Parts: sequence; C-alpha cells; structure tokens
Amino acid sequence: MSTTTTRKVVIEPVTRVEGHGKVTILLDEAGQVERARLHIVEFRGFERFIQGRPFWEMPVAVQRLCGICPVSHHLAAAKAMDRIVGGENLTPTAEKMRRLMHYGQMFQSHSLHFFHLASPDLLFGFGADPELRNVIAVAGKFPELGKQGIMMRKYGQEIIRMTAGKKIHGTGAIPGGINKNLTIAERDELLVELDQMKIWARAAVKIARDYTVDNLEMALGFGSFESSHMSIVRADGAMDLYDGGLRAITADGKTIFDHVDNQRYADYIAEEVKPWSYMKFPFIKSIGPENGWYRVGPLARVNACDFIDTPEAEAVRQEFMAVTDGKPNNVTLAYHWTRMIETLHAVEKIEELLHDPDLQGDDLVVKGERRNETVGIIEAPRGTLFHHYVVDDNDQVVMANLIVSTTSNNEPMNRAVEGVAKKYLSGREITEGLLNHVEVAIRAYDPCLSCATHALGQMPLVVDLVDASGALLDTRKRG
Amino acid sequence: MNDEIIFFIDGVQVTGRPGQTIIEAADEAGVYIPRLCHYPGIEAWGSCRVCTVAANGRPCSACTQPITTGLVVENDTETLREYRKSIIEMLFVEGNHFCMFCEKSGDCELQALAYRMGITAPRYPYLWPEREVDASHPDVIIDRNRCILCARCVRVSRDVDGKAVFQFVERGPEKKLTVNAEARLKDTDLDVTDEALDVCPVGALLKKRVGYAVPVGERMYDQEPIGSDIESNTDAAPAAATEVEA
Repeated sequence: MSTTTTRKVVIEPVTRVEGHGKVTILLDEAGQVERARLHIVEFRGFERFIQGRPFWEMPVAVQRLCGICPVSHHLAAAKAMDRIVGGENLTPTAEKMRRLMHYGQMFQSHSLHFFHLASPDLLFGFGADPELRNVIAVAGKFPELGKQGIMMRKYGQEIIRMTAGKKIHGTGAIPGGINKNLTIAERDELLVELDQMKIWARAAVKIARDYTVDNLEMALGFGSFESSHMSIVRADGAMDLYDGGLRAITADGKTIFDHVDNQRYADYIAEEVKPWSYMKFPFIKSIGPENGWYRVGPLARVNACDFIDTPEAEAVRQEFMAVTDGKPNNVTLAYHWTRMIETLHAVEKIEELLHDPDLQGDDLVVKGERRNETVGIIEAPRGTLFHHYVVDDNDQVVMANLIVSTTSNNEPMNRAVEGVAKKYLSGREITEGLLNHVEVAIRAYDPCLSCATHALGQMPLVVDLVDASGALLDTRKRG
Repeated sequence: MNDEIIFFIDGVQVTGRPGQTIIEAADEAGVYIPRLCHYPGIEAWGSCRVCTVAANGRPCSACTQPITTGLVVENDTETLREYRKSIIEMLFVEGNHFCMFCEKSGDCELQALAYRMGITAPRYPYLWPEREVDASHPDVIIDRNRCILCARCVRVSRDVDGKAVFQFVERGPEKKLTVNAEARLKDTDLDVTDEALDVCPVGALLKKRVGYAVPVGERMYDQEPIGSDIESNTDAAPAAATEVEA
C-alpha cells in the first residue's frame, strides 16, 4: 500500500467522443487536483503504410482512417493530389461537386455531434444519472429532437452518397477533379427536404445559443481559457470551409499570420512530441512550443473569419460575436453554438449549390504541370486538416504527414480537462457525475481521437486516479 | 461429320461443337461456370481451379476439359460451390487484398466472385506476404500484393501482343510474377496499349493515373453479379439448352 496520500484518478474510456482516450487526474495530499492530462492511447500509422502506394490512391486510402468524417480526408488528399497532376484550378463542376460533398459532410457531422453526443449533457445536466446521459434517453424524452438529429444526419449522408458514390468512404474526388456530376433527379431529390433542413438548422442554432447565453456564467468558468485561433479563410476574409489561406489570431483578435499559402504551412506551424501521448502537439512557430498552441474548429473559424457569406449564418454570427463585443470568444462550451452556426451556413450553401447549373456540367477533370511535393488543407468539421505528401517520379508516395484537427486541439483539450478537474474535482469525493464534467469539456471539441492518432479500437475514454507515488487508486471505464 | 455435341450440365441438355471445352459450350448456352484464369480467345491454362466441375463424376477444370457426347457435368452443386468458395478464400488470404481502397474494386473478378458466392470473410488466417510493387514503368504499375498468378497477362503478352513481357519464377508459395528483363518493368518493351494490360482480373496490373475515374454505381459489377452477362445470353440459351430428365 502506498505510504503517501496523493491520488490519481483515471477516466478510461472517455465516452461519446470519436476514438479512444484516457484522462489521468493527479491529486495531492489534500485532495486538490495537481495535474490532469488527456492521453490518446491509439496509434494510427497511416503515414507509414501509404509509403510506396501510387498517389492517386491517396484520396480513397487515407480516408479509411476514420468513419465519421472521411470526406475531410478524401478531399484534403484530393486537393493535395490536384497539385501533383497540375490540376489545382478545378473546373466549376468539379469544385462545386466537391464543395457540395463537403457541406453535406459538415451538416451531417455537426448534427451527429450536437444531437447524439453533446445534447445529453446539455439537456439533462453534466452530473445527471448516466442512464439518462445518452441519445436513447434524448429520443425518449425529447422525441422531436431525437428525430431531427437522425434526419439531419441522413440528409447530409445522402448528399455525400450522390457526390462521392457512397455514404461512407466514397471515391468521388480524383486528382484534378471529380468522377461524376449531380443528375437532375438527384438534385430534385435533395430539394424536397431542403426547407425542412433549414428549419431544423435554425432551431438548432437557437437551442445552442440559448443554452450558452442562459449558462454564460457557468460556461465562462468551465474549462475556458484564452488562446490563439486558426483556420483557413477566403481571400476576402469570409469563412470558407473548403479552400483558403491560413489565418491565425490571438485571443484578443490580433493577427498572427494571414492568407498564408497552403504550400508554405510548414514555415508557420511545427509539431512537438511529448512522451505521454501518441498525439503530437502542433504550435505556431513564431510564438514557440510553449505558448504557440492554438484552437481550431467551429469556435476558431467563427472567431477568425471577418464574415460569413450566407445571410442567415452571418446574422447569427453577428449575434454570437456581440456577446464578446466583437472580440474572439474563448469560452470552451461556445463550441456548440458555433458548430450550429456552421450547420446553418452549410445548409445555406447546399441550397445555393443545388440551384447552380454548373453541378450538371460534364467538364470534370483538369490536368497540367506535374509536381512532386504537395499540401492540401481543408476545414474538417473538427478544424483545420493538413495533408502533406512527397511523390517520386514513379508516382509512388515517399513521404506523408497528416496534421488533423484534433491534434491541433490537443493542448486546448488538455487545458480544458485540467481547468475543469481543478474546479470541480478538487477536495471533493470523486463521483461519476463529477468525472463526466471532465468529459463534457473534451466533448465540446468534438474530438476524433482515432483520426488524431491511429485507430485500433472503438471510441471510449478511461479516467485514472493516481496518488503522488504513482499508485493507481481508482479507475472508471465506460463505453 | 456431325457438328453438334449434345451433353448435360446439371441435368440440362446443352448443345456444343466439336473442339469446345465445357466452359466454352456452357458460356454459349447461357450457363455460368465461375472462373478466374480462363479468358476467351487465349490458350486454356487450368491453374486456378475455380471452374472445377464434375465430368461423369470426375473433378476437372471446365476450361480445359473438352466436351463429349453424353457427358454429364455437375456445376452448381453444394459440394462444388464449397470447393470454389474455399479456393477464393485461399486466394484472398495468400495475397494482400485491400478492396476498400483498391482502384479495381467494383471491376475486380476476385471481389465479384466473393460477392456472388456470399463470402463475407475468409475462414483461413491471412498470410500477409511481403510482395513487391514495380512502379518503374512510366504508364503501368505491377502491384504483386494483388496478383493471383492466373497467367492471363503472361499468355496475352506472349500470344496476342507478341512480346512475352511477363513470366513466373519460383514455385509454391514463393511463386511470383516477374518481367522479362534484367531489372524492372521499365526495362521491358511493354506499351500502355498492350492488350495484356486489359485482362488482369484483379488490381495487379494497372494503367497509371486513371484509377477511380468510374463512379461507384457504374463499375462493372456494381449492378449485376459476375456471370450475369453469360446467364443473360438469351440468344443462345433457349436454342442450346433444354431441360430434360436426368
């Protein structure tokens, strides 16, 4: 038996997140939280085993590292391979088909997270009976919400099927273009449910907005902290989820860098390795590894952009920014609100595209000057996604580096975990409900842990309670 | 001289011609016998054994066995279906077949046979062999991970293209497809227009930079199972095949 009285709590597995993770909470002799960490215990390995494969396989092969937002990897790899074949200036049909695919994915992924993963916490309370904190209970007590989540997800998945060929792991995007257009019949099928999707998306923004505003005082102290924010933005500063230059801003909105050419990302972003996690820690080079970390994802995108180019989403963005007087919002729980703003933006973009005749065009692929090194960057639902490849003269991939959004959010998630653990767990008897508070902070980021490392398992999380000598005192596992 | 040969497949009377193999006559009659190494118009090989049938009770490959008058062929029986499934499963485990990202997916005969036979997972352990990829040619790639040693490319290159670019070396588990050159594929006289490139049943021999151009839903086997084209050979079927009492 340990002679010291310091303790460690382990949450393993973390539930209602995509992937497999573990939280360790170290308690001192007085029961105060000394340190808390999120460990990612999966290993990905994709960068290694795609070496030697032909480059045109990348958009189809690399997306297999995830089943939740494979479209992000499909499109990031396709954007990278566009440059290998000199086809980065896509035809209007190809670019719009890819954008439709991407907005469909954003719509379904955000809906999945909000309605299926996050809503149990928001509707029933962070410390509610675990029997209640799941999507089945949501469907039972709030059947209309449960239905909306399922139907919104289905709508996004149908868009993916019509643009990529399959709901999961399609093959639509190819180097230099796309392999199909949208038929009139497909377009008309999507138009049937469009108005309903807009109604539900508006309602979801209101739910998320009301929750955040009504609980603002709690949210301000719930794993919140000041941070830099990064995303790609369009040349005119508009939010653009598919393409744009990199922009990073400080916690109070000052520009760190702007409109950075995607091919030069490595001049601005580097990655640090820490011994206790398989996930790397990216940072902004000009600030350094200690303070150069940043947030990505819906909160960072809404903070970083100058405006949203669809009217309804822009209106709710302005309402969101007004809460912080136009300055960046650094509240962790505000991710939910921004995620729903993007969901509304996505459905507005879908509407715009469905009425665009370019989607029925036949000019699908373009090629030009061959290159050997390439970077493709896209805004995945969870944040900025980097795909970097080197291809040899035989068309084989010889180097690949992927920086996925959850990796960029690694340090922020650790900060959120530690903040919540210190506030809610210190000096108290550790209960399941209190441990869920830690998970709520992680869930706000909608992390995809399998993506961020290298998936071998399901998606649960573990919490360990350990004393000062390192002895394990308690473990809670779920999932 | 009589130019008709009457024989039977699974109790159905089939009319063939002298010199035909069982599989050739069956194809014309609209009866599908699964196959992998067989390819119309080139020398029969008989190596994959997927087309194994029982001819007068004796197992043989339908692609090499000539038809004879009165021959009784068993094709679609429980025993033979199991043998064929077993062969297909062994082909899957002895190579590295990742259908999920293979550009031949949907057009692959091995995959299509597995679907037709209802194979969801092989019953044998995967061997995970180390196989070499040869991407040295500017327009063609050999991915030996997917090669099933059917020799279609060997025969077509030799007999149709007149080049003999491909050959096998080694034996048993070590047997592999190689090229007729000191070093790599780029050192051969293979051209991207060679017919040998169009006959690979799997994704082992591929033209570069054209993968995934056909969308899901429009690939060869997305709509109908492999063999459907033969089974829908209605021009031949009514005239050539008549059900009779066995």
